[in-house]
Amino acid sequence: MKGSPVLSLLLLCICSLYFVGLYLFMGGFLLVRLEVNRTSTCGDVLQPGQEPVDFCHTRPRFRRAVLIIIDALKIDFAQFDSSNLAPRPYENKLPVVEEITSSRPLHSRLYPFHADPPTTTMQRIKGFTTGSLPTFVDVGNNFASSAILEDNLIHQLGQIGKRVVFMGDDTWESLFPKKFYRCLPFPSFNVKDLHTVDNGILQNLYSTMTGNDWDVLVAHFLGVDHCGHRFGPDHPAMADKLTQMDGVIRSVIDRLQNDTLLVVMGDHGMTDTGDHGGESLKETDAALFLYSPVPLFPGPPSQDEPDIVPQTDLVPSLALLLGIPIPYSSVGQVLLPLFPPHDQAEVAPTGPSQLEALWINAKQVNRFLETYSSMAKDIPPPRLSQLKAEFARLSSEYLATVGAGRSPSPQLTASMQAYLTSVRETCRATWARFNPLKMAAGLVILAFACLMCYVLSELSFVLIRENARRLKAPAVVALAVGVCVAVGQLLTHGYIEVAWCLAAAALSAELLFFWSVYRTRTVHVAKNGSKPPKWTNWLTRRRLLIPPILVAFLRCASLLSDSYVIAEGRVVTFLLLSLVVYTPVHLNWDGLLLPPSYDPLKSAGLLPSPALSPSFVRKESSTLLACVGLLVGSLYLSLSFHGCREEQGYCQPSPFLTPLSRLQDSQMKNLHYALSVVSLGVWTYLLRHCLRHYGNLNSSGGAVFTARWILPLLSTCLGLHWAVSATPEDSFRNLGEMIKLAQLLLPRAAFCLLALGLFLICLDPLTVFIKTRATASARNSSLPLPRYRASTGISPQAELHHLIPQIYQRMRRSLDDNEPSVGSEVDNRPAVEAYGLGTVYSAPLLLFCGLLTLGMLLLHPEGMALSFLLLLLEMGALLHIHASATTLRGLQSTYSGGFNVPWAPIVMWSLAATQFFHATGHLPTFPSIQWSAAFVGFPDGHTGTAVPASLVTLNTFASHILFAVSCPLLLFWPLVCEARGSRGGRAAGDEGEDAVMEMRLRENPQQFSSALLQLSTRYLFILGAQVFASVSAAAILRRHLMVWKVFAPKLIFEALGFVLSSVSVVIGVTLVLRVDVAVARWFKRLIPDSSR
Amino acid sequence: MWDHEIRAMASTHAILAASVFMATVLPAVFVPGFSVYGTHLLWLYSVSAAVTVVSVAVFWLLGVTPPTKKHTLGYKLSRLFRSCLYFFLSCLFFHTLVVLYGAPLIESALETFSLAVLLTSLTTLRCLCVLGPNIQAWIRVFSRHGAMSVWDTCLQITVACTVVGAWVGAFPIPLDWDRPWQVWPVSCSLGALFGFLTGLIAAPAWIHYHRKHLTYKCK
Ligand SMILES: [Zn+2]
Ligand SMILES: [Zn+2]
Repeated sequence: MKGSPVLSLLLLCICSLYFVGLYLFMGGFLLVRLEVNRTSTCGDVLQPGQEPVDFCHTRPRFRRAVLIIIDALKIDFAQFDSSNLAPRPYENKLPVVEEITSSRPLHSRLYPFHADPPTTTMQRIKGFTTGSLPTFVDVGNNFASSAILEDNLIHQLGQIGKRVVFMGDDTWESLFPKKFYRCLPFPSFNVKDLHTVDNGILQNLYSTMTGNDWDVLVAHFLGVDHCGHRFGPDHPAMADKLTQMDGVIRSVIDRLQNDTLLVVMGDHGMTDTGDHGGESLKETDAALFLYSPVPLFPGPPSQDEPDIVPQTDLVPSLALLLGIPIPYSSVGQVLLPLFPPHDQAEVAPTGPSQLEALWINAKQVNRFLETYSSMAKDIPPPRLSQLKAEFARLSSEYLATVGAGRSPSPQLTASMQAYLTSVRETCRATWARFNPLKMAAGLVILAFACLMCYVLSELSFVLIRENARRLKAPAVVALAVGVCVAVGQLLTHGYIEVAWCLAAAALSAELLFFWSVYRTRTVHVAKNGSKPPKWTNWLTRRRLLIPPILVAFLRCASLLSDSYVIAEGRVVTFLLLSLVVYTPVHLNWDGLLLPPSYDPLKSAGLLPSPALSPSFVRKESSTLLACVGLLVGSLYLSLSFHGCREEQGYCQPSPFLTPLSRLQDSQMKNLHYALSVVSLGVWTYLLRHCLRHYGNLNSSGGAVFTARWILPLLSTCLGLHWAVSATPEDSFRNLGEMIKLAQLLLPRAAFCLLALGLFLICLDPLTVFIKTRATASARNSSLPLPRYRASTGISPQAELHHLIPQIYQRMRRSLDDNEPSVGSEVDNRPAVEAYGLGTVYSAPLLLFCGLLTLGMLLLHPEGMALSFLLLLLEMGALLHIHASATTLRGLQSTYSGGFNVPWAPIVMWSLAATQFFHATGHLPTFPSIQWSAAFVGFPDGHTGTAVPASLVTLNTFASHILFAVSCPLLLFWPLVCEARGSRGGRAAGDEGEDAVMEMRLRENPQQFSSALLQLSTRYLFILGAQVFASVSAAAILRRHLMVWKVFAPKLIFEALGFVLSSVSVVIGVTLVLRVDVAVARWFKRLIPDSSR
Repeated sequence: MWDHEIRAMASTHAILAASVFMATVLPAVFVPGFSVYGTHLLWLYSVSAAVTVVSVAVFWLLGVTPPTKKHTLGYKLSRLFRSCLYFFLSCLFFHTLVVLYGAPLIESALETFSLAVLLTSLTTLRCLCVLGPNIQAWIRVFSRHGAMSVWDTCLQITVACTVVGAWVGAFPIPLDWDRPWQVWPVSCSLGALFGFLTGLIAAPAWIHYHRKHLTYKCK
């Protein structure tokens, strides 16, 4: 095929552009941090040389603590301004803070409390219990559950035997399962509910405090936050809520005892609209109020008080005040005013002095830094060595000071503080900051890549004809720019940041591409005078404002709303259904659905062409309508295979999602098993039947071997595997060993078969069976020579042109009477019959997808076999609708000569991919990942991570992969279905116009490759638009309440799905090109053979 | 040339719109506790009934309905019977379609069916009035060159507007705003009705502005 290298190169380039965009955006948006899985212990030695002191056994400063977290308590809410005579609803509503701080300055203090982004409650709770800077993706080994595995305050308190009582927001319960002595969680999900959590706490708080079975009491109030989300801060309801909190603080203070510390804090602030999640000052600045009935501070507020307390600093301070080890991964620094200065240490009650506290703190931070930098490489090495050297210096200085018994210099304190601050800043720069520049660059590159796909799909024919001369320049320039940027970075910074090199390369390639397109357009205009070439009006309104594009746009827009993302499965089904119903309606609108009724007066002179015979149109239309019905039915049925998100409280997950082994009722189990096996059988039969129908099962090549033997064997394996895995462990005691073996061997055998099959298809994709009629000519020597010999010597192209249709005609005919009748027809037909030549391209592709589907079905729960059957039916129905629509359109308009696939089927195809993602029980959330897929064939677990990860990925994105690989079928199917037409009415009169099916593509290699390019770029455009919408949603709504719950997981799933889909598109196209090469070789072998 | 017909159409549409308005206002006066959201089904039936009665009366009076070929009573009765049958079948069709689009199957079947009745009285009934019980003609009308009179064009526009309105009406249902009009099937029926009213206004206006380009085959 002409231009096939161009085709594959181009697709690869586009994919890599998309990938660069996604990579950049993800790098700026999803900050990744590794969790350090180690805990501090009491035995952490304070000073080398001295006898080991058990830190936990020294008497702590405070025995008990009350931690009151008022969600979203902004610093503005807590400050009191007596000069403000007309306060807003949120101002001056907590007078207790001001009263206490002014009347008892040694006992209490109010600080602005600086939270680190992301300022969402869950990340913040993690932050002020671990002392670390949680990001959205904390890569630990608890990907499936949300429990905190890092060392944290609650864990340390439990270790030392303190009884922690918790009440309030139920997020805590999922973060610290079974860590509390007593736990009273209240539902936090409903943002509109202002009172449930708060009232629940208030019913228990005071009685618990007066009781004696607690050491640390944590109460998390949600009312203020929910009030902000619902009404915003500037609303009377906020005044009520804050006044209530004022009362709470007063009552708690009244009940405090002398050994108890009170901490009142907000986990984050809120914007003027009451939201949070981002990094603006209004969101990050919460309030921190400390109080104790005994003097807490060495003196009244002075000049060297910190202006602002970072949230991480609470952890080491609380830890040292309560006498527990500082959690391992804390990067905070102790709040110095809480500790007595060195010279007063003897006077002050107990606990470490300022310098001791700093030293413990610095040692812990240094230890963490060493552990972390040995695990992850994201902290820049120069910075790391600098910090290490600083610590070594401080350490020797401190030890010298203590060893000599000198009183420490203030410089030492200051430099220790500076060290701790710089460590925290380093970590924050690495983990806790969105990178808006990277995000913007990613967005721009993605947007341009989408646009480029669109332009390419419109220009595909021109590009292929020119052999893509125009594309070489952008590619070369892109490489050059990338290398230049890399060299520049190396010269200026000393190291290379890959992301920016890629960004520069991608952006320059895209811009250059657009420029060259624009320039050629103007050149064309200049050449042709006033008449611009046909493709210049590719951005006219009429071509974009068509319903398929509108539906695709709606789909993209739906990604911007959390409700629609939550209901995505139904939304996509709704849109797909609309588009399916639209197809016949639109055909009818164009007057193509019904056979035209001829006005006898008007068309007296014109003879209707045979193609327009009413019976044929009626047949095509009824096929179309039947397929629409089938599609609508399978869409409706597929709704019953959906899973449920936790946000959908009323929803019941599909019963087919439970694996058979977990079903208790044996009758139910048998029924499910029978259903699954039957649908598997039907599935296999349908696929084979389709192949046999078009004569692709006759030859003896690799692909045919696969279809004949491997396919049925694979499904048998699957059925047996289900049976084995469904047997209860204890039922056949003596067969236990064998069952175990079968559980191991059957899936592995299936994997091997699958690999073998796929390999054979790629090795020998031809499914054509040639039958030369040598015997016939021997018997009947008067048989005229094959007709195509006449054209020998003119050009091989012309030969082909004559040869193929006749070959194909023969093939159909012999197929029709189901046995090749040798010698029964004595005519001047060519002496070659080729079975399955008409579907030479689609058959291997179909087989490939079929095998792949079976492999993916193996990774799903058994009940999903039904869903996969629906998938096959839906694919078939979509293809037939497309084919019938094309035929109906082709009948009554002039044949355009191209093989363009219109937008409607492509949009439907992409929607169907998403729809079946949901209909196979998947959801874009992490808890819904079907982890059991990793253990198919590996019941005892894995050693590495690559195999389970790829199994789970294949399971999760099965439908994306399948639809993307089979995408070229959209191009082939109208041609495959052409045969039906030829038998129906068209070829009845005229023998010359044979059905040549997919050989038509070989006759027009240029149009073939341009159509293939157009199809794949259009599909990539739709997919890219979706991923772009998802990326924009995450970027725009990064401070939305649901960003980490809905949008960010959706973005990750969408991005991964896109990556796999685009790779699969390339695989599908490559397979088609491989077949094309094989077909070319086949013809080369055939023609000299026959002409000799 | 069509001024007369356009004027007739505009006044018909005004009467129809007025009937919808009255069907909303009058029960509110006479029935205690009547409201569009609260007693939605009641309102739905009242609007459907009003539109049905008024359209049948107006179209019969105007004589838009194609004249019957035979004038025997039996033929007229069979025509009437077929119309009623088609009306009912169309209700079932819309019900099925709405369920396929994602409405709950059993839970709120009554609500779904009421919506189907409303859709039928806004669309199918008009087809019945303009074209008679002749499905071939219905299918023919909804093609580009299928309209054979001004009333056919008007029919195309109003039906398309109603259906699109009902389709768009489904959009707000998944949103988590907890508004009374998000309850099934309020938004869809409101959407259909707004679409219908839009169609009533748009059809005469569109025909008026395109009257130069409109050509019809002989009736
Ligand atoms: Zn919060
Ligand atoms: Zn909140």
